Amino acid sequence: MALDQKKEVQNFSDGLSSGVIYRLYKDPMGVVGLLIVVSFVVIAIFADFLAPYDPSKIDILNKLQGPSADHLFGTDQLGRDTLSRLIYGTQIALMVAGVSIGLAVLIGSILGAIAGYGPNWLDFVIMLLFDMVRSYPVIMFALAVVVLFGPSLFTIMAIIVATSFPTYGRLMRTQTQSLRQAEYILSARALGLGMPRILVRHVIPNTIGPILIVASMDVPFVIALEAGLSFLGLGVRPPTPSWGSILNDGYTYIRNSKWILISAGIPLILVTIGFTFLGEQLRDIFDPKIDRGS
Amino acid sequence: MIIYTIKRVLLASLIIACAVSTMFVMIHAVPGDPANVMLGPRATPEIKEALRARLHLDQPLSTQLFYFFKGLISGNFGFDLRSNRPVLDIVLEQLPHTFILVSSALIVSTLGIPVGCYAAIHRNGKFDRIVGAISVSIIAMPAIVVGLYLLLFFSVELRVFPVIGAGDSEEWLDYLWHLTLPVITISIAWIGYISRLVRASMIEVLSQNHVRMAKAFGLPETRVISRYALRIAVLPSITMMGVSVAFILSSTVITEIIFARPGLGSLLYESVLSRNYPLVMGTVLVSTIFIVGGTTIADLINAALDPRAVKEND
Repeated sequence: MALDQKKEVQNFSDGLSSGVIYRLYKDPMGVVGLLIVVSFVVIAIFADFLAPYDPSKIDILNKLQGPSADHLFGTDQLGRDTLSRLIYGTQIALMVAGVSIGLAVLIGSILGAIAGYGPNWLDFVIMLLFDMVRSYPVIMFALAVVVLFGPSLFTIMAIIVATSFPTYGRLMRTQTQSLRQAEYILSARALGLGMPRILVRHVIPNTIGPILIVASMDVPFVIALEAGLSFLGLGVRPPTPSWGSILNDGYTYIRNSKWILISAGIPLILVTIGFTFLGEQLRDIFDPKIDRGS
Repeated sequence: MIIYTIKRVLLASLIIACAVSTMFVMIHAVPGDPANVMLGPRATPEIKEALRARLHLDQPLSTQLFYFFKGLISGNFGFDLRSNRPVLDIVLEQLPHTFILVSSALIVSTLGIPVGCYAAIHRNGKFDRIVGAISVSIIAMPAIVVGLYLLLFFSVELRVFPVIGAGDSEEWLDYLWHLTLPVITISIAWIGYISRLVRASMIEVLSQNHVRMAKAFGLPETRVISRYALRIAVLPSITMMGVSVAFILSSTVITEIIFARPGLGSLLYESVLSRNYPLVMGTVLVSTIFIVGGTTIADLINAALDPRAVKEND
């Protein structure tokens, strides 16, 4: 299915004598987004080399300091280097986002396509599941699950998958429903193709575009959710540096030093700008229909 | 349409019942004995036993669930473990604060519709590019960062806005003053998100045959857009907003905690941490009704704007 779509996009791009990468490169917004995303990935991979200090090295004498040559982003209430902690926090943020969104898109798309195309009773059952899951406030759901299984990286990812797959499911269902009566789907049906084949070969490739843009725009939300849970003390356990727990340190010591809070917000803002810019740009490139329209 | 509405409302009740039962079972599987929480470590086993019997904690889970729903029907949501006040009273006390916060944020978010619409019509123009960059950057702001930064700069550094609390609800100006930063925190990302969604679907709709046809017939541009294009183009945004009430409520929890505002979020957080079961269940029930209500209303508006959706479901 991915291959099929790639070919389609390829053909379309060839027609304009420009590849996807070239078109991404042409727009400054796309370049900025791509650069930011790539640098965060590099930072996450090479955290051991890039961090100037051990993120958990305590130095009480130099606690709560502002930015200086020794500590670019200052130090926290235990004298730990904020920059190093943020660099290691990148690993957690990206891993949580990548793994959980990938799983959520997969599960959501399959269920949504079945709901939109399949028999009515199946649609009803799947929609009931979606609506039920969506009707919990995520934080509430998270609280109950975290208390049950204990706070850990795995718990956070499970929470994100369990709470976000209905978003993709509902979107996929709406898309599929509007496609149901499309002429090429009807003719595929008239040719005697079965439901799984129509879904995989025709429906999903034609609906995956909006799903992908929502997914790429969702990365920031998921990273913010992880930060939020860690901020509330329900995410990654304290010695492990996470952007959220650093934000919490900044909130607690807001009157002693504003630097922890300010610097902990920067990577969150940057990473979200990066993914959203990239997502926007990919949308313009991967959605041939829109390009033809203008 | 009427049949569809009745169906949707019935379905919504079914969802609420399922969701609450699941949450009830999950919460009661959480370790931590409410009898201990309420009476403290020094209570004698006899007193604890008596309390367990009164709260039906010694019964099997299914019986507890039965008592819970039986209570609900007669309007009894249980009693707070600490103050022994009816849960419903406590929740209803906090509800207005959250309701005002969420609905103000939603109203402010709809600013994104005209912005996205205008950007789509003048695609790739100056306005589109500038607004595009700004709104994409706004989406990039997670509520937790926006909230903390606003708090730091306007309340702690500049001291323009109040740091904590909801203000005096008698004095509406003071209340509004306290509401400003939290509402900005929640809605700023949504303005950007909605303007992007509207822009994207508007561009798609504008290239569709029926809109081209209307244009070809020589209908004026504004009429084509308001009568034919916008109606379809706002559908994804309405669906998203409906689905997102749960998400907004989650950022409300964080916003209420950051700004130390009273409300469902703060209540929920405190009662879960102290394992105050009846209070947790009451708050979850009310938030679930809030959220399911949001999705149902979104679906109904969707159906009113696009009658095809009703047919598909019947």
